Amino acid sequence: MLSIKNLQAKIGEKQILNGIDLKVNAGEVHAIMGPNGSGKSTLASVLAGREEYEVSGGEVDFLGKDLLELSPEDRAREGIFMAFQYPVEIPGVSTINFMKTALNQIREYRGQQALDAVSFLQLMKEKMKLVEIDQSLLNRSLNEGFSGGEKKRNEIFQMAMLEPKLAILDETDSGLDIDALRIVANGVNKLRNKNNATIVVTHYQRLLDYIVPDYVHVLYKGKIVKSGTKELALELEAKGYDWIKSEVTVA
Amino acid sequence: MSTSIARDLTTEIIEAQPTFNVGTELRNEAWTQFKDLGLPGTKHEEYRFTPVTRHLEKNFNLSKSNSDSNLSSVADYLIPDLDANVVVLVNGRFNALLSKVVSLESEITITTLSEALLNNTVARAHFNKYVNNESDAFAAWNSAAWQEGVFIHVPENTSVNKPVFILQLNDASSEQVVTQTRILGVLEKGATVSVIEKSDSIGNEVVFHNFAEEWVVKEEAHLEYCKIQNDAGKICQVSNSVIHQTTSSKLNTFTLTLNGQLIRNNLHILIDGENCESHFYGLYLLNGNTLADNHTVVDHKKPNSFSNEMYKGVMDGNSKGVFNGKIFVRPHAQKTNAFQSNRNIIISDNATVNTKPQLEIWADDVKCSHGCTSGQLDEEALFYLRSRGISETNAKAMLLYAFAAEVLQPIQNETLKSYLDHLIADRLQKNF
Repeated sequence: MLSIKNLQAKIGEKQILNGIDLKVNAGEVHAIMGPNGSGKSTLASVLAGREEYEVSGGEVDFLGKDLLELSPEDRAREGIFMAFQYPVEIPGVSTINFMKTALNQIREYRGQQALDAVSFLQLMKEKMKLVEIDQSLLNRSLNEGFSGGEKKRNEIFQMAMLEPKLAILDETDSGLDIDALRIVANGVNKLRNKNNATIVVTHYQRLLDYIVPDYVHVLYKGKIVKSGTKELALELEAKGYDWIKSEVTVA
Repeated sequence: MSTSIARDLTTEIIEAQPTFNVGTELRNEAWTQFKDLGLPGTKHEEYRFTPVTRHLEKNFNLSKSNSDSNLSSVADYLIPDLDANVVVLVNGRFNALLSKVVSLESEITITTLSEALLNNTVARAHFNKYVNNESDAFAAWNSAAWQEGVFIHVPENTSVNKPVFILQLNDASSEQVVTQTRILGVLEKGATVSVIEKSDSIGNEVVFHNFAEEWVVKEEAHLEYCKIQNDAGKICQVSNSVIHQTTSSKLNTFTLTLNGQLIRNNLHILIDGENCESHFYGLYLLNGNTLADNHTVVDHKKPNSFSNEMYKGVMDGNSKGVFNGKIFVRPHAQKTNAFQSNRNIIISDNATVNTKPQLEIWADDVKCSHGCTSGQLDEEALFYLRSRGISETNAKAMLLYAFAAEVLQPIQNETLKSYLDHLIADRLQKNF
């Protein structure tokens, strides 16, 4: 589904990604872990199309398309969804109206008919249950005055609405208490199937107790320095990142 | 080679003054004030971004009178489905055939100003008492040369059920039009009325509309005021609006500017009583070569009142926005709460905005704040919307609309609100 080859990216003059190689197949969950500043969030942002980052080398193929050539909206329409680490507050735009516009533009791109008001509402009600989010919250301005947990639940709600092929969760666990974490993870798990894939970007192993990965990759200084299965995450939790750092330095 | 000779417009105007039958004494006084002030040049502090005088020099013959218009319907200029009293002025003259008063005579008096000044003691008592003839040349010019106007009077403890819609049309289909019109509105104690002003021009020739109005909002009275400037013609409009509030009165103003060549609004609020509540909202969504300048003054003369001003602008194309907001809190006006904000978004490289708050506070126990910002759209918000599949164009429209529509909040009449909402959505291309 996704194939990243030797991806390099910088912001301004600062090189952040130094040659990432990663393959994600349908049905898989990949965790990207690593110490602060290793480039985890940059990788997520580059995949979603954030324009501050300049891709200075490498290629990304997503379902046969050159992802790096696509605008952020076209990436979303092709099936990529990034759950933001810091969801943006947008006064005056309600989540409902925003989702309706987004969903219908995606459908239009895919040659599907726009959903009428009734079917949209029905779909929304169904997805709201998944992340235990209240409609009153969705009538309000997007994320404005939402708690940390509400914002993250809103991200997963949007993901449920848009049904992406590849979901990228950027530090979705940050700022969540254990109950909110469980609700969010539960939502993500219910959305998993053999046709979609998930990349979980996280600093801590905690989230991976709930969203169990098939593969774990450790990012350090803009490169994947170690890959393994879920046991690697446990090892990192026990030993910390210093162990990886020294291993990389020795090599 | 041709040489251009600078025109002395002030003298030209005075020499060409027509004769009037009504209010001669006050007019003569105003002519003197106009002569003393002279039209403001580009170095004039209050008009330095807004070259009205130069615009008049270049485009108008000011010694010519207007031709008659044979306009037979105003349907195109009304607010659809708005059940209102309709007052129509065409080329500076009251048009009885196109006007329609539906409210009861016991609820409201609506007459021409010239008639009111002959017969109505309330009109005579208040006319020309508030407008800034001594400081603004356009106000003085209007006081001297007003052609016609509207007088509105709401008696004590009366709530007028239907709004008053004042439509000023300038028919420039055959030649230039220069109009000087005027409104005087008096709300007696406990009276309530909603007023909507709109101006439009017809045809492609130039229009200069010099407008002045005085509103007297007495004790516990409540005025809802809305001005719509969406004139697609070649209009240059100067408005001098003065609203005088007394004890426990309420005021909401909303000024929407979408079109015109050169628009200057002087809105002057005198809060001359305690426990007044006043909200002033403004929205200017400009494109093309439009220049729109809002100069507002809020003058707290008495203690314990509240004022809140919020003006927002979006500048596209080669447009220019100007905002100047003065707040005065006089020495006696303790416990005043006065807030002001002016926010601007510039979406084109060739558009500009000049914004200036000016607070002069002489009382020491007050709460005042002001803030002004000018910038581009929030990139992070734009990316967020796009990352969900919304096109860049639509994401921008969504954000701009959300930014702009906030100022509609205080509008109470649903028909009016939905009309304004459509105007805003159309301008910002939020058509999805």
